[in-house]
Amino acid sequence: MPQQTRRQIFEARQRKRANTIAAISTIAVFAAIILLIPLTPGWENVKRSFFNGAVFAKTFPGLLEAFVMDVAIFLWCAPLIAALGLAVAIARDLRNPAFYPLRLFAIAYTDIFRGLPVILVIYLIGFGIPGLGLPRPWNSPYIWGSLALVLVYSAYVAEVIRSGIESIHDSQRNAALSLGLSGGDAMRFVILPQAVRRVVPANMNLFIALQKDVALLSFIGPVEIFRQAGVYKSLMANFTPYVGAALIFLALTIPATRYADYLMNKQSKARS
Amino acid sequence: MADLVLENVQKAFGDNPVIRGIDLTISQGDMVCLIGASGSGKSTLLRCMNLLEPIDDGRILLDGDDISEPGKDPQPVRQRIGMVFQSYNLFPHMTALDNAILAPRRITGKSKSVLRPEIEEMFARFGLADRMLHYPDQLSGGQQQRVAIIRALAMRPEIMLFDEITSALDPELVGEVLDVLRDLRAQGMTMVLATHEMGFARELADKVCFLDQGRILEDGTPEQIFESPQEERTKAFLSRVL
Repeated sequence: MPQQTRRQIFEARQRKRANTIAAISTIAVFAAIILLIPLTPGWENVKRSFFNGAVFAKTFPGLLEAFVMDVAIFLWCAPLIAALGLAVAIARDLRNPAFYPLRLFAIAYTDIFRGLPVILVIYLIGFGIPGLGLPRPWNSPYIWGSLALVLVYSAYVAEVIRSGIESIHDSQRNAALSLGLSGGDAMRFVILPQAVRRVVPANMNLFIALQKDVALLSFIGPVEIFRQAGVYKSLMANFTPYVGAALIFLALTIPATRYADYLMNKQSKARS
Repeated sequence: MADLVLENVQKAFGDNPVIRGIDLTISQGDMVCLIGASGSGKSTLLRCMNLLEPIDDGRILLDGDDISEPGKDPQPVRQRIGMVFQSYNLFPHMTALDNAILAPRRITGKSKSVLRPEIEEMFARFGLADRMLHYPDQLSGGQQQRVAIIRALAMRPEIMLFDEITSALDPELVGEVLDVLRDLRAQGMTMVLATHEMGFARELADKVCFLDQGRILEDGTPEQIFESPQEERTKAFLSRVL
């Protein structure tokens, strides 16, 4: 075995010390949680109404089925959001004076929809537009609830893409122009492809948030997982279905969040 | 045929005058070297010739046409005047080949497969045949700069502008890029270089211009400028860099 350097010996000792401290403090915290919470006066009631195994087993398949609706709403909203977000981001960067109204509209749009709570937009659009007395299927809350999500999230996506466009150095645009390419071609072939790639992790975080916010549509009608959990809660007078719903969300969002973080780390390493 | 004539060109950034009345004639087949300290206006002058910077006053004539007229579409002019930058500015998301093909494809409307043989030939000529399908970050600085030159040449420009294209390179990579310039010179390409490579300017230039504070203080053949400079500031500059 090769002789360890003085520094290696020192670092090994430091590492051992750090690991020991981390292990002790983690064990202490978990022990406190496990031992102390059951001592609280209401624990037996909470356990019965939130962590009821029988109710969980009975409702979980139904919740999972309802979650398919959440995923479906997400799947048809996501491409629309990507397209509208991109269009608005480009509209905000138009330099031609003839497009000024479009640019103004894009600015107003991002300001308004980033400034409103999602639930408020869902209420206003989801209840307001069907109130016009449209014939079926145009009075469906699925359509108008999805529209509300698309409008809100496109505003955020547009801002993220725009920050990506601005992060591409002007020298890239100049290089494209110096070849005789038009401003539009420089944007389409040189700047946008780089900008969009650069903001993939940030946009992934937005889409994870979207998947969670789909549950807000339950307030205007669609029976998705949150609504379904509410139905079970009323039927069984027990809150365990909500815990089941939470677990189902986490099963999807935690891997997605980890993946977004992984991409973000990879990117910051590549650029340093 | 392309002659580029600058008449009393002026350019300021805000209150800071960078080009203060430059007259310069670049004839077909000429190689003109711009030398001078950093901040003397060499790069800005090149960017003005390519219309990346609009000039404030004066005129730039390409074959007698005023290309600097405010409001005129710069796109057709830039297709005739190629430019290569100090920091290469390759498009990092495209292969070397795609970097070179993008502009001809968009401007002539020809397909990639039609354009490819001609571009491949250029890669082969400059010793990059086996690097064509690499991305810029897989290439050395010298290779990237040669790809940038090919990219500009792919538009078949009549004039080429080179903005200190060897300044960002490691010393051992400078030679391969200068060889490309020699090759272009031998073919009679009209070229304007902003450069710190005095030996190279001396060897190949038809005309050397010494820029100082936005003016051409002194110009002439390489012998005149390097052997017997007349102006004090030219002498001082040359004694610092030679």
